[in-house]
Amino acid sequence: MTTVKSLEDLKKLRELALEKRKVKTAEGKAQVTVAMGTCGIAAGARETMKAVLDVIEKNNISGIIVSQTGCIGLCEREPIVQVTVGEEPKVTYGKVTPEIARRIMTEHIGEGKIVKENVIPA
Amino acid sequence: MRELALHLLDIAENSVAAQASVIRIEVEEDIINDRLSMKIIDNGKGMDEEMVRKVTDPFVTSRTTRKVGLGIPLLKEAAETCNGSLVIESQVGSGTTLSVDFQRSHIDRMPLGDLATTFLNLMIAHPTIQFIFHYKVGIEEFFLDDSTIKKELEGVPLSEPVILNFLRNLFETGIAGVQSAA
Repeated sequence: MTTVKSLEDLKKLRELALEKRKVKTAEGKAQVTVAMGTCGIAAGARETMKAVLDVIEKNNISGIIVSQTGCIGLCEREPIVQVTVGEEPKVTYGKVTPEIARRIMTEHIGEGKIVKENVIPA
Repeated sequence: MRELALHLLDIAENSVAAQASVIRIEVEEDIINDRLSMKIIDNGKGMDEEMVRKVTDPFVTSRTTRKVGLGIPLLKEAAETCNGSLVIESQVGSGTTLSVDFQRSHIDRMPLGDLATTFLNLMIAHPTIQFIFHYKVGIEEFFLDDSTIKKELEGVPLSEPVILNFLRNLFETGIAGVQSAA
């Protein structure tokens, strides 16, 4: 039976995460939403989300909210990812392979440069 | 879809859409009886008899953006091809249980796939839902009620890098441990 081994460890991690967030609050939060309907999943959305989480973990990026949504009616453009940085308007990306997801994380969220080729016009 | 773990993610999203606050996912590989079974149990808004009957039909869905739903019919088809079945029990107002099973050794049985990533994605993407994950192979088990973790981390998003690292390791080593011990 595998369970969380130590709640003490978790408490320490929580403190660590809180410390990091304090430093970052001035930069404004970003939200990344991956469409995870049947169409999205079949098109590879789980691996897209995995890539997003991977960049957050490896590059140690704090303050990003990652969520999922259902089918948004653009099945042929899946996997779809929506990104909102701070107060800026939401950007919707289509055909987001894990590779494009990594670019979105570094270029859009990291440097503020939208990955134009994959934007779905509003 | 190429993995049962992807189907699990898909079915669990139905529970999310049904406004469940608790979702329990059980996967069991019964080696002696050669069965692989999965259950998704939620306390969402449930379906009436007619909806349950129609829900395995590819031309019925609750979505509003498109008129056909394919998730459940695809999984049902996959199960029936492998000497298995898919059953949905539901009650309006109290929730839905979807059970599906396969002959484990059937040549057409799709691989379980990346269960760790499916569990991690669900847990991270739905911070307000309580997930209970239970994976069993023979007598080896992985069990996680994520409310313990979510409660302990209150105020800190699960998508913080240190937390993410902790959770990913928890799922990956836990699930791989069960598989290698069995």
